[in-house]
Amino acid sequence: MSTDFYRDGEPVADAKAPAGPIAERWEKRRFSGRLVNPANRRKLRVIVVGTGLAGASAAATLGELGYRVANYCFQDSSRRAHSIAAQGGINAAKNYRNDGDSVHRLFYDTVKGGDFRSRESNVHRLAEVSTEIIDQCVAQGVPFAREYGGLLDNRSFGGAQVSRTFYARGQTGQQLLLGAYQALQRQVAAGTVDLHTRHEMLELVIVDGKARGIVVRDLVTGEISTELADAVVLATGGYGNVYFLSTNAMGCNVTAGWRAHRKGAYFANPCYTQIHPTCIPQSGEHQSKLTLMSESLRNDGRVWVPKKKGDDRHPADIPEDERDYYLERRYPAFGNLVPRDIASRAAKVVCDEGHGVGPGGLGVYLDFAAAIERLGRKAVEAKYGNLFDMYERITGENPYERPMRIYPAVHYTMGGLWVDYDLSSNIPGLFVTGEANFSDHGANRLGASALMQGLSDGYFVLPNTISDYLADGPFEAVPEDHEAVVAARRAVDDRIAFFLGNDGDRTVDSFHRELGKIMWEYCGMERTEEGLTKAIGLIRSLKDEFWRRVKVTGKNEQLNQELEKAGRVADFLELGELMCIDALHRSESCGGHFRAESQTEDGEAKRDDANFSYVAAWEYGEDAPVLHKEALEFEYVKPTQRSYK
Amino acid sequence: MKLSLRIWRQPDAQAEGKMVSYEIDEVSEDASFLEMLDVLNERLIGEGEDPVAFDHDCREGICGACSLVIDGQPHGPQAATTTCQLHMRKFKDGDKIDIEPWRAGAFPVIKDLVVDRSAFDRIIQAGGYISAPTGTAPDAHAVPIPKQDADAAFSAAACIGCGACVAACPNGSGMLFMGAKVAHLGLMPQGQPERHTRVLGMVAAHDDAGFGGCTNTGECAAACPKEIGLDVIGKLNRDFRKAAIRAA
Amino acid sequence: MSTELQNRPAARPDKRARAPQGPWRSNIGLKIAMAVSGVLLVLFLIVHMAGNLHVFEGREEMNAYAHGLRTFGEPLLPHESLLWVLRIGLIAAAAVHIWSAVVLTRRALAARPVRYASKKPAKGESRHAVATMRWGAAVVFLFIIWHLLDLTFRTVNPVKDVPDAYGAVVATFSPERWPVTVFYLLALFALYFHLRHGIWSAVQTISGPDTKWRKRTQAIGLAVALIVVLGFAIVPISVTFGLVS
Ligand SMILES: Cc1cc2nc3c(=O)[nH]c(=O)nc-3n(C[C@H](O)[C@H](O)[C@H](O)COP(=O)(O)OP(=O)(O)OC[C@H]3O[C@@H](n4cnc5c(N)ncnc54)[C@H](O)[C@@H]3O)c2cc1C
Ligand code: HEM
Ligand code: HEM
Ligand code: SF4
Ligand code: F3S
Ligand code: FES
Repeated sequence: MSTDFYRDGEPVADAKAPAGPIAERWEKRRFSGRLVNPANRRKLRVIVVGTGLAGASAAATLGELGYRVANYCFQDSSRRAHSIAAQGGINAAKNYRNDGDSVHRLFYDTVKGGDFRSRESNVHRLAEVSTEIIDQCVAQGVPFAREYGGLLDNRSFGGAQVSRTFYARGQTGQQLLLGAYQALQRQVAAGTVDLHTRHEMLELVIVDGKARGIVVRDLVTGEISTELADAVVLATGGYGNVYFLSTNAMGCNVTAGWRAHRKGAYFANPCYTQIHPTCIPQSGEHQSKLTLMSESLRNDGRVWVPKKKGDDRHPADIPEDERDYYLERRYPAFGNLVPRDIASRAAKVVCDEGHGVGPGGLGVYLDFAAAIERLGRKAVEAKYGNLFDMYERITGENPYERPMRIYPAVHYTMGGLWVDYDLSSNIPGLFVTGEANFSDHGANRLGASALMQGLSDGYFVLPNTISDYLADGPFEAVPEDHEAVVAARRAVDDRIAFFLGNDGDRTVDSFHRELGKIMWEYCGMERTEEGLTKAIGLIRSLKDEFWRRVKVTGKNEQLNQELEKAGRVADFLELGELMCIDALHRSESCGGHFRAESQTEDGEAKRDDANFSYVAAWEYGEDAPVLHKEALEFEYVKPTQRSYK
Repeated sequence: MKLSLRIWRQPDAQAEGKMVSYEIDEVSEDASFLEMLDVLNERLIGEGEDPVAFDHDCREGICGACSLVIDGQPHGPQAATTTCQLHMRKFKDGDKIDIEPWRAGAFPVIKDLVVDRSAFDRIIQAGGYISAPTGTAPDAHAVPIPKQDADAAFSAAACIGCGACVAACPNGSGMLFMGAKVAHLGLMPQGQPERHTRVLGMVAAHDDAGFGGCTNTGECAAACPKEIGLDVIGKLNRDFRKAAIRAA
Repeated sequence: MSTELQNRPAARPDKRARAPQGPWRSNIGLKIAMAVSGVLLVLFLIVHMAGNLHVFEGREEMNAYAHGLRTFGEPLLPHESLLWVLRIGLIAAAAVHIWSAVVLTRRALAARPVRYASKKPAKGESRHAVATMRWGAAVVFLFIIWHLLDLTFRTVNPVKDVPDAYGAVVATFSPERWPVTVFYLLALFALYFHLRHGIWSAVQTISGPDTKWRKRTQAIGLAVALIVVLGFAIVPISVTFGLVS
């Protein structure tokens, strides 16, 4: 295989998961971890970068415990972190429905859903903690949906056979984040958390092998400053925007993680991205982002395309027998409710064959005619009214009269910085939580489990595990003029000076858009050796061109959104290359990663457990990245081929 | 389509600002309002000019970052719609469009169309929460909540903190924002113990930040993209009256 | 969680928002004062308007009514006691009302220092209030000064004989003094807007009705404003057009 793209390194030594029966591991770890005496916590400083579910919950909880916390986000308010956009819901093994759910079942479903590429210990802990999350959020006043009896309502989500998803209309992420945000603001008022909004982390400071601080830029004044601490937590979200078009917010980026990676932190499974099947298709070149239509729509909508290629009749004029309900045809058992990766690829297949509808043939119909007939328009309106309105605002089409057009879009990144069971990266003192780490979802994330993971990490896991590290602190104070600090600052200054001084002629966005196209084409829903190899070449030359031709207006000492974007795109370019290398080296198909070379006869993903049952943890190398493998073992859930036929 | 824009340009907080005219051509009907500005910015950068700064992030109407006053109306002409969700098909070829930042003493302009809304966070810090330190919670089913209350609380909690209410209010008042939070938490049983201190603290922080008082004109609710109603201001007033009498 | 946590004050004093003057000087506190005093003023106006209608019963009845007000409770109570109790209440209410109006208006202007270059008509539930409340109040204020000089102190009224209220009313609105009538009607027009908004606004401020009751209050406010203003207006109009003389 193309080893010229990377080098093999030592296997990952230790992921720190305690041994023993799986249900006791988290308990055991909590007990064996050292604690910090309350009087000492006040002397310990922790930096938390990010105020999403993972960051705000961690910062608030650490503040409540009495640590001195410095918290950062690039938005103008911590409440605007991208977690706010999550729609569907959050899973928890409460078994309030008495429908056979349990911690073990949630654990089992999540390991299977991740296509056997996640760690059993982590996933089990996630399932255990899930119940506490709901308790915590309710206590904070999160207005979850309720039934007439006053108890919490649940729905089934993402093809699960039990109803374990808690939700707050179509705005679950918003309500959970506001709960965490309010807890965080309470700590700000109490003086335990120093919150810095409109600040962007641009570099990690490592002193004597330990993460000891960050370099940040004040996005309003341009001032570059250093924050030093005893530990650093990155909760900086996902990097789906490497594809330019995704369901992520415009500001989502990889910079914090990538800077840490360049300083030695491993980046795990970068190629695992989730493509969500129900998004509003692109409408033109001006498009800046894609909008997700909640997965719940598939509960009542039927997906189809015209049987005839290039059929551009009004959908209502296409008779039943000229329609191909391809999901129902191919997956009779699950039908329209197959998992995201499967529904997405199926849409791509029919569009590639020429059956797609709408501009560029990149869309399939999601039709509610049958549901409206069966339930009545009123009922459909009550259930999905706000989603229908949103669709109409964006497309100008009325989905009650004309089926929605949908197409898959990049949604979530399962990869991220490598962490051990304690959520510590391989750099001591650098912890990573939420979507920014790689940990719990394997090669594919089930619906409603990212919110669960972010809050589990932030409220319950990190505050427990970080104390074991901080028990050795406070560490020796780092002077501002320490050479590592000075060097990190200089790196930031130099990069900014370069951007502003470069005599270029191409906008940052034009590079981002081009990178996105390469990634989507070759490292999107279907990947091939040939395509990935080509993509690596294309990205390298694009990167080259970027550094020669990028044009950034304005100066540093002001709000300069172009300068912000330039730094982010520079990092995306490097990440994109690593994603392609990772995708190329993993010649099996698993979860969201579909290698055309590895499929069953009827076109389904084919895993290769013998060769690829490992986490690919990449170390940064000047010439080529170094691959460290962490072997995965399955004692409780035996790997099987996923089938939704 | 072709449009004539007049946009508020102000290099930084201290500088004087003014409305500057731009012509823009070939705007797609399907583009969102912010995408139209993206296209303009690409052109400005090409011409070596400073692009127009504006706040935005999610571009799907939920983060509350986008904040443009379009033809005198916060978030533009379409009801219940944020700026990022407004699409150009709402405009006609040849339209003249004025774009300004939120205007309020408590929201100083930082640059162009970007304002500082941190005063909202300070209002929340002054009591817009329920004190429930991590790990102290009873089982989620310990206290049932009537569905109507939960639904009403949700409707109030749907506020995205965008500040359009303040921008629309002739008094630069933050009552709708504050009322939404007071109503949300006040409807939950968990919110009762701190109900009085919450409202007194938040109102003090609100006034302290330089927001004006409410004269019940209702412009805020008309501009609110999440359709938060004036009833939350009533709830706020009522909670305040009770708390103030008790404190006296 | 640790006990230390529970003991920590909820907010650091230096970070807590300052409310040096206590809740009643806050925007909502003042607004409540304005609403309560406004409601008292409304009650006065309703009674006053009803009293004015005695004009249609003729000089005798009207003056007897005015006399009755002054001699209420005599000889147990001193002359004009009821009137003075009412007046003191009225003056207090007006003082509180005007004072809070001035403070709040100044704060509101400071809270909205820059206007929009592009103006759109208001579209809120009380859109008429945006344009009318403040100048309307100013007109009403000027009117009251004139009105007191006119009908209470009679400084600007041809009839100086205090017990002859009827004569004073008829004299002030006599056809040749039509500008006075016009001024009264203009003031009533302003008062109409002030009451139409003020009544529901006061209810919203004091009791915070739900949406259903808010809509009802708005309708009631409109009705009361119309009744009061028409009830007042009928007097000068009738006199000017010679229906009462
Ligand atoms: C449209 C949409 C719908 C979704 N729906 C669901 C759902 O229904 N259920 C579910 O479980 N999951 C859902 N997800 C996934 C889930 O929302 C996210 O994975 C999760 O919220 C991520 O949380 P986070 O805290 O890790 O990161 P984020 O919420 O993205 O927060 C990142 C934070 O880091 C900060 N930051 C980033 N970089 C820097 C930097 N360099 N310097 C300073 N600060 C920085 C940001 O300011 C922000 O505060 C959805 C995702 C999307 C996009
Ligand atoms: C001296 C003249 C007056 C001045 C300067 C004045 C001023 C004001 C102002 C500025 C307001 C607030 C405006 C708003 O809510 O939009 C107000 C409200 C009000 N006014 Fe007056 N007013 C005057 C006379 C009166 C009179 C004579 C009455 C009654 C008959 C009255 C009844 C009310 C009521 C009920 C409110 C509503 C209070 C609230 O909004 O909570 N006012 N007034
Ligand atoms: C247009 C019709 C009106 C008529 C004919 C009228 C008539 C009178 C008369 C005759 C008096 C003297 C009563 C007395 O001293 O015995 C009086 C007093 C007064 N009027 Fe009017 N009035 C009218 C409208 C108003 C309005 C609109 C207001 C307020 C906004 C008002 C406020 C007062 C006040 C404050 C007094 C003094 C009360 C007192 O002396 O105790 N009047 N009015
Ligand atoms: S109340 Fe409405 S307008 Fe005001 S901040 Fe909230 S969402 Fe925005
Ligand atoms: S517009 Fe302003 S006046 Fe009150 S009703 Fe809304 S806050
Ligand atoms: S950009 Fe998030 S609401 Fe408009």
